Amino acid sequence: MTVTDAPRIITSRFDVADGFTIDRYEATGGYTALRRVLSMRPDEVAAEVKAASLLGRGGAGFPAGVKWGFCPPGVWPRYLVVNGDESEPGTYKDRLLMEKDPHQLIEGVLIACYAIGCAQAFLYVRGEMALAQERIAQALNEAYARGYVGRGILGSDFSVDVVLHWGAGAYIVGEETALIESLEGNRGMPRLKPPFFPAAKGLYLQPTVVNNVETLANLPWIVGHGGAAFAALGAETSRGTRLFAVSGHVKRPGVYEVEFGVTTFRDLLYSPLYGGGIRGGRALKAFIPGGASAPWFFEEHVDLPLEAGAVGKAGSMLGSGAVVVMDETTDVVKAALRLVRFFARESCGKCTPCREGTGWLEKILQRIDSGLGRPSDLDLLLDICDNISPSITWPPKQTTICPLGPSAVSPIASAVLRFRDEFEARIGAPAPVTVAVHGVAYNSKPPVEEPVGA
Amino acid sequence: MPEATNATDTLTITVDGKEIEARPGELLIDAAERVGIYIPRFCYHPRMRPVGMCRMCLVEIDTGRGAALQPACMAPVAPGMNVTTDSRPVVKAQDGVLEFLLVNHPLDCPVCDKGGECPLQDQTMAYGPGESRMIEEKRHFEKPIPISDLVTLDRERCILCDRCTRFAKEVAGDPLIHFLDRGGQTQVNTFPDHPFASYFSGNTVQICPVGALTATPYRFRARPWDLQQTESTCTSCSVGCRVVVDSSRNRMLRMNGVDIDPVNWSWLCDKGRFDFQAFESDDRLHGPLVRRGSELVPVRWSEALNEAASAIREGLDRSGPAGVAVLGGARLTNEAAYAWAKLTKGVIGTDHVDCQLGDGLPAEVVLGLPRATIDQACARGGTVVLLAPDLKEELPVLYLRLRHAVLEDAATVIELAPAATTSTELAAASLRHRPGEQVTVVRALLDGGPAPQGADEDGFRRAAEALRRGPVTVVIGRSSVAEGAGAVVDAAAALLAGLDEVRFLPALRRGNVHGALDMGLAPGVLPGRTALADGRDWFAGEWGAVPVEPGLDATGILRAAADGRIDTLVLLGADPIADFPDHVLAERALAGARTVIALDTFLTASSSQADVVLAAAGYGEVDGTTTNLEGRVSTLGRIVTPPGTARSDWHLAGDLARRLGADLGLESVEATWAEIERVAPSHAGVTWELLTSPEASDGVVVPLPSRLSATEVDVEGNALGGSDVSVVGGAGVPAADVQHGQAAAAAVASVAAEGGPQGEAGKAESHAHESAAAAHEDSTDVSAEERGHDDAGGVEGQDDVPVAEPPPGDRPSLLRFAPPAAEPSVPPVDRYSLRLFTTRKLYDRGTLNQQARALRGLAGRSTARVNPIELARLGVEPGGALKISSARGSLVTATLADPDVPRGAIVLGWNLDGPDPGDLIDAEAPVTDVRVETTS
Repeated sequence: MTVTDAPRIITSRFDVADGFTIDRYEATGGYTALRRVLSMRPDEVAAEVKAASLLGRGGAGFPAGVKWGFCPPGVWPRYLVVNGDESEPGTYKDRLLMEKDPHQLIEGVLIACYAIGCAQAFLYVRGEMALAQERIAQALNEAYARGYVGRGILGSDFSVDVVLHWGAGAYIVGEETALIESLEGNRGMPRLKPPFFPAAKGLYLQPTVVNNVETLANLPWIVGHGGAAFAALGAETSRGTRLFAVSGHVKRPGVYEVEFGVTTFRDLLYSPLYGGGIRGGRALKAFIPGGASAPWFFEEHVDLPLEAGAVGKAGSMLGSGAVVVMDETTDVVKAALRLVRFFARESCGKCTPCREGTGWLEKILQRIDSGLGRPSDLDLLLDICDNISPSITWPPKQTTICPLGPSAVSPIASAVLRFRDEFEARIGAPAPVTVAVHGVAYNSKPPVEEPVGA
Repeated sequence: MPEATNATDTLTITVDGKEIEARPGELLIDAAERVGIYIPRFCYHPRMRPVGMCRMCLVEIDTGRGAALQPACMAPVAPGMNVTTDSRPVVKAQDGVLEFLLVNHPLDCPVCDKGGECPLQDQTMAYGPGESRMIEEKRHFEKPIPISDLVTLDRERCILCDRCTRFAKEVAGDPLIHFLDRGGQTQVNTFPDHPFASYFSGNTVQICPVGALTATPYRFRARPWDLQQTESTCTSCSVGCRVVVDSSRNRMLRMNGVDIDPVNWSWLCDKGRFDFQAFESDDRLHGPLVRRGSELVPVRWSEALNEAASAIREGLDRSGPAGVAVLGGARLTNEAAYAWAKLTKGVIGTDHVDCQLGDGLPAEVVLGLPRATIDQACARGGTVVLLAPDLKEELPVLYLRLRHAVLEDAATVIELAPAATTSTELAAASLRHRPGEQVTVVRALLDGGPAPQGADEDGFRRAAEALRRGPVTVVIGRSSVAEGAGAVVDAAAALLAGLDEVRFLPALRRGNVHGALDMGLAPGVLPGRTALADGRDWFAGEWGAVPVEPGLDATGILRAAADGRIDTLVLLGADPIADFPDHVLAERALAGARTVIALDTFLTASSSQADVVLAAAGYGEVDGTTTNLEGRVSTLGRIVTPPGTARSDWHLAGDLARRLGADLGLESVEATWAEIERVAPSHAGVTWELLTSPEASDGVVVPLPSRLSATEVDVEGNALGGSDVSVVGGAGVPAADVQHGQAAAAAVASVAAEGGPQGEAGKAESHAHESAAAAHEDSTDVSAEERGHDDAGGVEGQDDVPVAEPPPGDRPSLLRFAPPAAEPSVPPVDRYSLRLFTTRKLYDRGTLNQQARALRGLAGRSTARVNPIELARLGVEPGGALKISSARGSLVTATLADPDVPRGAIVLGWNLDGPDPGDLIDAEAPVTDVRVETTS
């Protein structure tokens, strides 16, 4: 077990009762990074963030510093949009960041605006997050009052306005182009990329940087300690620390900040500091390593490091950092049904394969679950999956505009291929699978030996 | 929508191994279709922005980074792009999409109106699986639900392609239908209590790729395979949208827009789309009627025609040609209008002819101003001045084109109107003026000085700037019938004099009013945009005789009739009692004329007063051509037979002429057109072969640019009249023409070279049966009566007459606009009066509107709109009743406070239910000032 002594970069105020107030924030070093940034050139700030190798924490894991560089030079105005529409099942890290340390986010927003050169930021907070909305709004008012936000910040000629926007309850708005549509007052439906890459044609068709809450929350520390200090933590492409939201059948579900890239799933699930082991001492059946849309991992994967490259190579992703644990008592038919139902209900309805396909998948799984399955249903399920996400591979291909449709494929392919016997038991007959599935994790076989430390 | 650039450079892409040329900016789906590779699609529509929703057009695109599935409707072509449309992944993806679309789509094709012409059905039949793998219950919605008076929606059939919703928002600007709910429950619907009340709702039915949207007038009326399709042109207004009429068993059942670039882009307004219903109304006239006592009774045609002819002859006997007057003709085809012009001016000899009813513009203004095409008006970056009525209400598809030009092509609209219109929101500047005083604003704009006091200064500055920038198109029409035409003519004259590059698009509303004007159905003009004075010799040679002096216009004719100076008044589909601004005068005129002869499709307020009613064929019952506001001549389809024994108007002209002892020599539509082409200067070169050639499927704008000689180019070198590059390119006449035996193209060239039709032996031969009168008569001023006697019984001998020699002299030059000498004096409005302004609505009390079942209930009520400050001054509560009085009459109406109406003005709807402003208007006064008082 390798629980490192990496500093708590973004959760340092989580245990402080009034960590969300501006007084506490200032007393604990808050807004010093902003003062420092104001004495730097924007490109120096961007270089610092680039040096930190900070991967985006929203799910896709794209390097933040590189993303900022995609805005076409000389095109103004440009906007920063903060994606706080965290809605994936099992993901609740951004909510805590906004509830417990809203000023850290606001400072991160200001630093990003300075580096990118924008005077207008939009903070999109999921509609259901009442406390986060309250805390963010209060913090923003405080920050305005003390001159950290607004015109001529801290006496400089740097001005930023931050607009708060509450979502109306749609998972799809977590997708950046759908979020932009929603911000513009339209129905939250993704735009096709190309041509609508936000960096080029984003909000109001202007260059727009969309960053996740956690990504921006790292910026004050990175500026304060230097990008190199951040990059010194972690391994491979995964640097610094990162939040993981552990849920499901563990003894200690919660959000944990761990050193990125070196900590393993075993640490996260079993260390007494984190998950604390499987509930009731039962055996692990499967776990979702990175949110509901990630292909499932199993016992043979628990020693993989929490490192984007390694997890990707193994056929899944760290995604939004939501680790959902299923113990041996889990009914995988129900689990797959539950996950697919989520995607079917959250499909925006724009692309035919997702709109119709996810609903159809849900109906078939519902039928199997209620004992009315047919032997041909497993092949049918996978062929429908293939029509939404050709070749059922990882990373997924898609016949849709955004990845929501292919997201529903992951739980089905994972469950059907690994636990075909359970589906057959429910169907009451052998159910052959002839549709080819290419994802590494989907085709992974349980190890012959008992895993160490189980 | 991404526009393909006009650059001549092309780029090469590879589609299915074949190298094809594509235009930069073009979408892959279009580029492939042009070379015959059809990529299946449901949501893509070439006239709207692509959304890439249905995913049916997924193809593999490789731009150097490996092949990936991408929607062809969202992919602009790029050099070196390698596209595969038939690989296994593509076929699998497309089959998958098709299956997904059918997951929740009810397979009720046998009872679905779309069955048989349904893209989803067609593609399923072609590529789909034989059996469904879906055994679960489908999604259910209440079906169908009405979303407006004309459109019903079956949400179960909907495949959510976003075409209707995009149309409503992007094209029509009526965002009243939306996606509601999410995922599999996504549906198109209206918001509660906000029906899809759009003038353009029928287009959504036309573009729906399944049977989700159906039009109530067509639901369950026919199966597509029983329909016969005929291309035609809509004549509901003068925009002239190209249409295809679907008919079955001698009934017109449906009308759809045809996508032609220069005019309607496939769109239609709902009035145009549905008012064909009127022609199958039970109230249609099935045969001629003659007044016996107080009753109109059915008679045989010979009896009715004899009676009409003798009435005309009696009029001639009693008062000479000036005793006969003809009103109307805008309903007619070009050929019928020409026949009637020849009958009235050539045979009867009267110039008291007017196809407008005091609600349009003087003929010499319409015909003489340099004409714009719609494309020129909507050109990228151009300036459009609206000196016109509310376009959405009167010329709806022109409004759509203008809206597109403003939103997508950076056109600048400057509106001059007394009150806000539906175009106001498109306008960069909407400048207000008191009714009748538009020339004051125009002069101020042209002077470059400061804005007049009280004007919107920013708007004024923007407008002046846009005018200077040019090129300028002025849409000119009669916004209000409560003021004379002089006000707008003066404004046009000022713009013509004050701007370097300006063209005019006349916004007259009646279907073929422009064709009727071109054919000479107006006082002081002869066919081919010729002034009577200029064309007298030419036409005397052609017709034998023409009137000596310019006659009276509609107002003059009605005044003369009311005074007992008109013996015989012919109403060519005109209903002056309903349409003439001054109802009192119209009623007195019909009572004052000794005999009224009406050619009509219905008994209207006016034709029911007539002594002889000749049942005329209506829309879809005659073939021929029509002319739109650009001067675009396009063909009309004959789709059904007229009811009973109703006859076409051109036929009736010939019938009457024969009974007057003359022969018009117009034996068929083609022959009539051939004569028009030969004698009408503006129509030279526009042969029947050209009009009916595939190259002219968009119609032909007259005059052909190649026909404009130096004398017809104005001082700045601008050719008078519109030009239409899409039809008449450098070659002048499409090549197809050359193949015709009469060598029309060659004839065109020779005419151009010789400045007249002389020497065209081949052509003359084809007109062997025409111009009998010209052959017999060489006197130019023989009265019709005399000729009538000379030619009596001459019909039989027609075949033996020698080939008509073309008339001597040069083809007359085209009419040029001459600014009016004196401006009508607009009296200052006094403090106790309000100046009346009338507005029209698309749906009104018009005959077709009321006779079409689908549209009957849509006409609104007229309410007076007054500025709230004026209302307060008068002490009237908004909604309260007001008594409005003019020198002519008075009425009582409810009032509405409307801050968009300037102080000092009062707005009343024209031809709507409720109080009728026609009771207040004196057609001979330049403006109508009214006094208002509370009724209590």
